[in-house]
Amino acid sequence: MGLFRKGAEAEAPDGADFLESIPRRVVTLWIPLVLFLVVLLFPFYWMGITAFKSNEELYNYTDFSPFWVVHPTLDNIHRLLFRTSYPQWLLNTMLVSVVSTFLSLFCAVCAAYAIERLRFKGARYVGLAIFLAYLVPPSILFIPLASMVFAYGLFDTKWALILTYPTFLIPFCTWLLMGYFRSIPFELEECALIDGASRLQILVKILLPLAVPGLISAGIFAFTLSWNEFIYALTFIQSSEQKTVPVGVVTELVEGDVYHWGALMAGALLGSLPVAILYSFFVEHYVASMTGAVKE
Amino acid sequence: MGAFMFVDTKTQRRASARAAPGPRRFRLGESRGAMGLLFMLPAAAVLLLFLAYPLGLGVWLGMTDTRVGRAGQYIGIENYEMLWTDSVFWTSVFNTLLYTVVASIAKFALGLWLALLLNRHLPFKAFLRAIVLLPWIVPTALSAIAFWWIYDSQFSIISWSLTRLGLIEHNINFLGDPAWARASVIIANVWRGIPFVAITLLAGLQTIPPSLYEAATIDGATPWQRFRYVTFPMLTPIIAVVMTFSVLFTFTDFQLIYVLTRGGPLNATHLMATLSFQRAIPGGNLGEGAAIAVTMIPFLLSAILFSYFGLQRRRWQHGGND
Repeated sequence: MGLFRKGAEAEAPDGADFLESIPRRVVTLWIPLVLFLVVLLFPFYWMGITAFKSNEELYNYTDFSPFWVVHPTLDNIHRLLFRTSYPQWLLNTMLVSVVSTFLSLFCAVCAAYAIERLRFKGARYVGLAIFLAYLVPPSILFIPLASMVFAYGLFDTKWALILTYPTFLIPFCTWLLMGYFRSIPFELEECALIDGASRLQILVKILLPLAVPGLISAGIFAFTLSWNEFIYALTFIQSSEQKTVPVGVVTELVEGDVYHWGALMAGALLGSLPVAILYSFFVEHYVASMTGAVKE
Repeated sequence: MGAFMFVDTKTQRRASARAAPGPRRFRLGESRGAMGLLFMLPAAAVLLLFLAYPLGLGVWLGMTDTRVGRAGQYIGIENYEMLWTDSVFWTSVFNTLLYTVVASIAKFALGLWLALLLNRHLPFKAFLRAIVLLPWIVPTALSAIAFWWIYDSQFSIISWSLTRLGLIEHNINFLGDPAWARASVIIANVWRGIPFVAITLLAGLQTIPPSLYEAATIDGATPWQRFRYVTFPMLTPIIAVVMTFSVLFTFTDFQLIYVLTRGGPLNATHLMATLSFQRAIPGGNLGEGAAIAVTMIPFLLSAILFSYFGLQRRRWQHGGND
């Protein structure tokens, strides 16, 4: 699928589009589209603008229009970076996400190759089982996992997260890579086999270089999913120094009944930036693989 | 695919018969079963240990009175008997179903609409598609915080705008009033889910050949007829997949509720996932929490089976032949 997906998008989707008059087009296309965009993007705008407001502006809607910031300030960000453990949370999230992503990619490449190309006995059922594994939601696993994490002495360590995140990353990556491997012609592999290459050589020297786009999308997806993970990090981590960004912002930035909205918004903004930037670099991969993974 | 498999098997057999034997450590390669096992090992180890085992352990914990830091004893179905008479549990079941049904329908309708809009001739198409996905990329816990501020009881921007427009006189207590709280969390969930549905359906729309629309237009089909008799039937398989995922993720949602309301006010927004967390972790009652989690499984299974059989019948639409 992956290799041939690009071509279809270039074609004109609606053959009769030119028959439409301009006023009709404004009403049926532009007005709803702009409304959608405003609604979908407003929370980000609101997040961004609140992060740069000073406290007197933040709570004073009579003298300042809430939709704009008159005197932008970096106080909130300063407070976040120097008076909370936020940098530590960023570092933790980065570490946990990177390690679990690479761990999952390794497992997923091997598994996808075995299922899709070695076609050992029962490979189809293993493939189905992997897909079903992806459908097992973390919200029914976190309690037994918590008791395991406790029993193995992993509670409140990054290992608890690094080892549990692959449970949802591996099935997803495997499923995605299976699709990619399927799109690579068998003939290449057969040629290599005839030339005397071993299975491992085929995988490393032929299949993987061709599957780089798939590896990149699987990697970005895995990274984003681990960055966004919440329930495991909330359950398995207790001390502030070990927390990840989403959990840290939610649990540590609210002191009693005092909500530091500016700092909260700054935390949400900074925590969203890494995935947003990563995403913007690889957006085409992302969209293609997201739709591809579902289409299989 | 069957034909390919056949070719592969034959070629491989031939290859292993003729090719010079590789280095000793790859002898295994001659048996595909052993080879497959070896390659499956890392993934299987992680998934069996941290997914299959905890799944079984969860069912077991649901039949014990385990508490945090104390191993429990087998108590049979006592936890479930307790839940049966627990009105909070039934409220959470009702909430979860309401949340899932309303949010999924809204996500589907709005997502399909957005996909249809994005499928038309547009300038900056790639850019629009990219920014539409943003709500789905950003960590839910963090965007939920933005919604928390938008729904603030005193400084809500929605209340302020509506007051300025003269539509309301008092601030709406978005997260403090049960009915409003339900609506608010559903809206936040829909906001986050629309991009996923829209972009996936958009990909499905792009696989529909334009010639079908041209033919329908020449035959005098109205836009609605084109949608009803061309777009929709061609799109059903992908709709089934997307909606299964959407229903599954909505049903088991946790973070949005945890951040916005923690189940309040008066348990009006407690989902089964949040209730199970509350009983198990802060409440320390692991057994009871696990039992609540287990009660989610039948719902999930029926959702999966429903879409699986929905998919089976329609494979021809995707160009397949089985």
